[in-house]
Amino acid sequence: MIDAQALTKHFGGTPILRGLDLAVAKGEVLAIIGPSGSGKTTLLRCLNFLEVPTSGRIRVGAIEVDGTLGLHRQKAQIRNLRQRVGFVFQNFNLFPHRTALGNVIEGPIIVKKEPRDVAVARGRELLAKVGLADKADVYPSRLSGGQQQRVAIARALAMQPDVLLFDEPTSALDPELVGEVLVTIRALADEHRTMIVVTHEMSFARHAADRVIFMEAGAIIEQGTATEVFDNPREERTQRFLRKLRDRGGGARFGG
Amino acid sequence: MNVSVNLLIESLPFLLKGAGYTVELAVGGMVFGLILGFILALMRRSTIGPLKGVARFYVSFIRGTPLLVQLFVIYYGFPQFGLRLDPIPSALIGLSLNVGGYTAEIWRAAIASVDRGQIEAADSLGMTPFQTMIRTVLPQATRLALPPLGNTFISLVKDTALAATIQVPELFRQAQLITARTYQVFTLYLAAAALYWVLSGILGWLQLRLETRVSLHVQET
Repeated sequence: MIDAQALTKHFGGTPILRGLDLAVAKGEVLAIIGPSGSGKTTLLRCLNFLEVPTSGRIRVGAIEVDGTLGLHRQKAQIRNLRQRVGFVFQNFNLFPHRTALGNVIEGPIIVKKEPRDVAVARGRELLAKVGLADKADVYPSRLSGGQQQRVAIARALAMQPDVLLFDEPTSALDPELVGEVLVTIRALADEHRTMIVVTHEMSFARHAADRVIFMEAGAIIEQGTATEVFDNPREERTQRFLRKLRDRGGGARFGG
Repeated sequence: MNVSVNLLIESLPFLLKGAGYTVELAVGGMVFGLILGFILALMRRSTIGPLKGVARFYVSFIRGTPLLVQLFVIYYGFPQFGLRLDPIPSALIGLSLNVGGYTAEIWRAAIASVDRGQIEAADSLGMTPFQTMIRTVLPQATRLALPPLGNTFISLVKDTALAATIQVPELFRQAQLITARTYQVFTLYLAAAALYWVLSGILGWLQLRLETRVSLHVQET
């Protein structure tokens, strides 16, 4: 469903991604874990060109963009790709001047030119799906972080994307609000939507992901099922990372 | 004192007619100036070097020269090149070009202070740069720009008095014309000042209402 080949990214000579290959099948839920600075967020942002890769190819469905070609000539192609790739930001990035419903219907109406009543009907359904049916007319500033992130998820779903990308969706939340967002994302995983989730929530990765990737220093070090990666990591670096998390008291978040 | 009151009552229609031109010049100058300023701000943000340079040069020139001189260049200077404009168009053009220079800076700062994440969110939905600008950046930039833009507008109302020097029959010019006949200098100039004050007061009030209106979504805590 989404396919990245030989993806590299350099920031002023410093390599952030070192030639990654990544393929996610339709209906697969992929979790990406790894220490800060491992390039996992950059990888995710490259997949919809929020970050422009230095080289490499990305394909979503039938749309392919080649990072080595001049990107200015593929702008329409990139916009098409983005319409099929939903992105959920760490800091929500809701439009503050639009209500919850206004945020959700913005993409369908403005980008996809859907009739307003169609977009509104689906927007309300999606808000109900994330448990916020009663907040449709509320501005983001009146919502908690967890509620804002759920609206952001509904906004991404409203475009009816082929793939959903989550960039540490709970990292900016107060601890007591993490649960409600994870439950929402978990429900999407249970529907077998194609998703890539960059996360520090090991318990979530363990229980919701079909496949887990461990990244370090801009490369994929190890991947496999959650059981394989968490319980029998083959690579020394993976073991070290997991041990550190456990020592820090992340055990509770592992959820066994 | 009696004389003054009668004179005021007789002069009022002329002063109000002048005030009409004042409002026309101020509103016209503001509308065209806002649009020009926005375009200049976009040019300043552009990655195309020459566009950036032209905008920077323009803003520097407008802000670095007196409005009075700018008006004289247009009204008295342009005819030398065969471009003869009537007083009111001359004043309107001069004021618009001037306001454009000042609002360019206001727009630029306001656009720059819209959170980068907002643009990314719009991008992630597949919006074109134009859609992102109109739907996401502009509404948020406007809220930030409104207080300084309001100040520019109030300054502009008062600056329209300079148009009197190029024969525009606006409020101050009307007062001058009547004093030339009646020699009641103090009364008439004070009346003109009072009318400018009233106009600025109304605008200040409108500005506050507008600011409240566009900030409704921002929680006050």
